[in-house]
Amino acid sequence: MDLATLATCLSSSACIVTQSTGGLIIGMLLFLVAAGLTLIFGVLKVVNFTHGSFYMLGAYFALTIYQLTGSYTLTILGAGAATAIVALVFERLFISRVYGQNVLMQLLVCYGFVLIFDDLVKIIWGVEFKSMGMPPAFQVPPLFIAGGLVPPFYLFVVGVALVIGLTLWLVIERTRLGKTVRAAAYNPSMVAALGINTGYLYGLVFALGGLLAGFAGALAAPVRSLTPGMGFSILIESFIVTVIGGMGSIVGAFVAALAIGLIRSFGSLGFPLFTDGLMYLFMALVLIARPTGLFGKEIA
Amino acid sequence: MMTRHSLAFDVLLGVAALAVLAIVPLVFPSKALVDFMIRFSAYALFATSLNFLVGYGGMVSFGHGMFFGLGAYSFALLMQRTGMPIPAAFALTLLLCAALGLVVGAICVRLKEIYFAFLTLAFQMLVHSLIILWVPLTGGDQGLRGGIPRPPFLGINLANQTHLYFTSCTLLIIGLILMHHLVQSPFGYTLRMIRDNAARANFLGVAVFRVRLIAFVMAGIFAGTGGVIMSLFVSGAYPEFAYWTISGEGIFIIMLGGLNAFLGPAVGTVILLVLNDVVTRHTEYYGLTLGIIILLFALGLRRGLLDVLIDLWHRHAAFARAGKKAGSVPKASL
Repeated sequence: MDLATLATCLSSSACIVTQSTGGLIIGMLLFLVAAGLTLIFGVLKVVNFTHGSFYMLGAYFALTIYQLTGSYTLTILGAGAATAIVALVFERLFISRVYGQNVLMQLLVCYGFVLIFDDLVKIIWGVEFKSMGMPPAFQVPPLFIAGGLVPPFYLFVVGVALVIGLTLWLVIERTRLGKTVRAAAYNPSMVAALGINTGYLYGLVFALGGLLAGFAGALAAPVRSLTPGMGFSILIESFIVTVIGGMGSIVGAFVAALAIGLIRSFGSLGFPLFTDGLMYLFMALVLIARPTGLFGKEIA
Repeated sequence: MMTRHSLAFDVLLGVAALAVLAIVPLVFPSKALVDFMIRFSAYALFATSLNFLVGYGGMVSFGHGMFFGLGAYSFALLMQRTGMPIPAAFALTLLLCAALGLVVGAICVRLKEIYFAFLTLAFQMLVHSLIILWVPLTGGDQGLRGGIPRPPFLGINLANQTHLYFTSCTLLIIGLILMHHLVQSPFGYTLRMIRDNAARANFLGVAVFRVRLIAFVMAGIFAGTGGVIMSLFVSGAYPEFAYWTISGEGIFIIMLGGLNAFLGPAVGTVILLVLNDVVTRHTEYYGLTLGIIILLFALGLRRGLLDVLIDLWHRHAAFARAGKKAGSVPKASL
């Protein structure tokens, strides 16, 4: 415990700003991964254990595309698209075979792919840590906000994540496609009876989840080191986020991701050895108070 | 009367198995085999107790490793710090596991599937975080070192690997007999009824919460026994014993072996341990190989190995019966 450090930090606005932006970055990346996870669960009722691997693949795709083209915009778009394609193929070829089966069987298929993707990354990109490096456009002096140090890239990440999140919300809530997706989550056989190909729809939702995870990976690549196991920690954290927010709720994922980001960022000052513990404690408290998560609805 | 499901039959089978296990090291004096069987005892107890929850109770716990970790740590600590006799430390450890199961279970067993899974995971990770945090007691992320003192009791000296082997096998077999008895008892059938339809069970006057809680505590006690064996095997305890991967491995073992057959998890343990040893020896691409094998199981067999074998056996028996009664069509057996 190091409560003194936490107290000192909370009494200076500079430290609050620095820690908050740190937490915001963690939260936004988590949100992108968790949004896909919660969407896939909401519509397909599948707990996608490979979602962390999609994030990892996104980051590695970003690394390769950036080295080839040197354009960070292309990198983000390309990494997202490539990951979406991987997710689509994965869903059509494998996950679609275990719909409606025992949850544990789905988990097992996903777990097998987590192991396979990790090893494939080792074979293709190597076992050692990789880093992409900051794109030149962001190699500028940090901004000072209320005395706190804020790298411009952080603001960029937060902005992009917010735009993606808002677009996702608009697509789900305001478009015809979104309406179909929500209907399929509620009653897939009825949707199928009305002449909509639910197989395509499921593939699309999975691809969308992959796209979001790929974006997250590409946005994380300049500020995180890339390792073959990097998908695992974010997987666990984004599960916590979806459970706290309520499985299937995108708004819930957003709120919970921000909360977890801030808990991690400030918790690492006050409880350096217990940061993970704080996160799990928060999840336990939320589930005890609200058994279906903050924004979760009772699933029949 | 002694039927296939009676306790006397189980005990007889257990004694026979134990006799075979006692002879094995004499016939094949191999240290690797003895080590394998000790590890097997620890994991098989853990996995079977998890399947007691998952397969019979329908409670998919992602946090079962907390009992494995608590069993290992509390037994090792009691032996290191208090110098009490081994049976006393063992009993006290099981009591601690039961207490943890009671507290965590009281909070968790009300929850629906996926939320139950994640709340148990949260508690397990809290236990893990506490182990990392409480360095003076647990040794933090370095693990609990310094060995476990093993004063002889009742003529058993656990410092001797053969004695440890025989004690582990005995604990495993006693554990399996007790769990099988639980599963075949009215309590076990009530548990299955709750798994299949909790609302109906509740309507028929079953105290659903209480039955689930008792099952959770029981499973915790048996998993803790596995932890005790593991701590004796490695002469200490490590935070990995309480990490979520151990619970994941437990689920994996159940799925490999089969969750509908009582001995499925034990079969799954053998498969996983052998796979681990063979795959790590022959290839550096452990994940790729194991992943493909998992997919073959999940997409090919679609069930655990023992489930498949038992199904084949039933079908074979059905055909044999049909063959005797000429003209009758064999029905798929349940």
